[in-house]
Amino acid sequence: MHRHDRGADGGGRDDGPAPLIAAVGVGVAVGQRTILDGIDVAVHPRVIVTVVGPNGAGKTTLIRVLLGLIAPSAGSVRRRPGLRVGYLPQRVAFDPVLPLNVGRLMTLTVRRSREEVLAALAETGSAHLIAVPVQSLSGGELQRVLLARALLRDPDLLVLDEPVQGVDFTGEADLYRLIGSIRRRRGCGVLMVSHDLHVVMAETDQVVCVNRHVCCAGPPEQVTRHPAYLALFGARAAAFAVYPHHHDHAHGPGGEVVPLAPPPASGAGGGRQAGG
Amino acid sequence: MLDDFFARALIAGVGVALAAGPLGCFIVWRRMAYFGDTMSHSALLGVALGFALAIDLTIGVVIITTLAALLLVAMQRAPWLSMDTLLGIMAHSTLSIGLIAVSLMAWLRIDLMAYLFGDILAVGRGELVWIYVSAGGVLAVLAAVWRPLLAVTVHEDLARAEGVPAGAVRLVFMLLIAVVIAFAMKVVGILLITSLLIIPAAAARRAARTPEQMAVLAALIGAVAVVLGLYGSLHWDLPSGPAIVTAAALLFLASLIPLPRMAR
Repeated sequence: MHRHDRGADGGGRDDGPAPLIAAVGVGVAVGQRTILDGIDVAVHPRVIVTVVGPNGAGKTTLIRVLLGLIAPSAGSVRRRPGLRVGYLPQRVAFDPVLPLNVGRLMTLTVRRSREEVLAALAETGSAHLIAVPVQSLSGGELQRVLLARALLRDPDLLVLDEPVQGVDFTGEADLYRLIGSIRRRRGCGVLMVSHDLHVVMAETDQVVCVNRHVCCAGPPEQVTRHPAYLALFGARAAAFAVYPHHHDHAHGPGGEVVPLAPPPASGAGGGRQAGG
Repeated sequence: MLDDFFARALIAGVGVALAAGPLGCFIVWRRMAYFGDTMSHSALLGVALGFALAIDLTIGVVIITTLAALLLVAMQRAPWLSMDTLLGIMAHSTLSIGLIAVSLMAWLRIDLMAYLFGDILAVGRGELVWIYVSAGGVLAVLAAVWRPLLAVTVHEDLARAEGVPAGAVRLVFMLLIAVVIAFAMKVVGILLITSLLIIPAAAARRAARTPEQMAVLAALIGAVAVVLGLYGSLHWDLPSGPAIVTAAALLFLASLIPLPRMAR
């Protein structure tokens, strides 16, 4: 199996626990068309892996294979036994013919008390929405509610397909920060699909650049300098380099992350920021 | 009281409506109105099968309507024809084949109108028991699969990713529709069964805030439609099945009347 280079400050996770979920040589073909070919991706506990790639690169297909929604035509998917997955699909739309408020949406596949539902909603700052019909949520509210719904399952792994979709620009950074803080607090692994390269980098440990196959993979600061990455995202990658973002942490002498707030007990899995 | 044909009709109709309402909600939510209609059109073929094999007609109807549903699901994968075309083909061809099959059985003297439009006033005591046993069974199974079925209805991928066995749940749902068609046939007939499934559910939509509220309301509205329709049919000497459906339609229209908004 291909090991992704995590770089000198990768935290030595190569010797860590077994991955929560891993695609090994996964290929997907529909008829004559190859959608994915020889994909290796692994998500470990406490690690945020972000899949980037152009439109039509097969990012969502990869997510669907990993979730077991479609069977790969080559390779295999390995899941840790008993893995609990919280999933936030792309472009969720609710049919107005079905009356559903946020509180009821939360307990769609699990039985939870109102207190537990409120606590999960509060974690994403959406407790005030509990009685609101899901059809009337704004894009940003919907994504936060769906994130809370995924958290209610107490997941080992969060799978987020374009989590900032329909969220305005300032909301995007907030949402990624929220995802980063959830990972630190809960210690779950996160697998995320994004095309928002610049904003997502701040809260990502590992970037996998996919365009049918894995073009390059590694920590964001390495991937963004990789020739294959620059070939795919040249113009936007340049924009990323000069993006004047706000820092929620500082960097130590070795480039490692030093949170502005007191560091979490484990010290592992802090957010990393490239180009800053 | 059970000696009175009208009382028996009322009790039978309410029993059917109580099961049809909640199940009909899922038909409405899943946009399967014509799917249900097509299943019920095939029921006459089930009646013919029941007579031909000398088995219980209900069993014949459940077998044929389930087969029709499975055939539809299989044909859904044919990308060169749209679902509404397939439904149109299936609904009318199964009804026609059913009519031909019944007419070919020359020894058979059945009241075709009773099967097509219902004959609730002829419900006997034994049938009454069967209607309540079936309705109770349908509601019990529906309650058991409620959470996974609702999850699959809201967002199938989400439900499957979270471990809901979507295929099995859908199959159970289709079987429930088949059973309801088999015993609702007596009340409103093959051609009008869908209305008993979807009109009460549609009438319940605006007043409901959760799926569960909508299901309970649909059951109650269906029961009220049966009572109103049967009294209307008694009072004005109307055909009972169509009177029930008309009552349901009037309740639906009433549900469209704008209500003064309550303070939130």
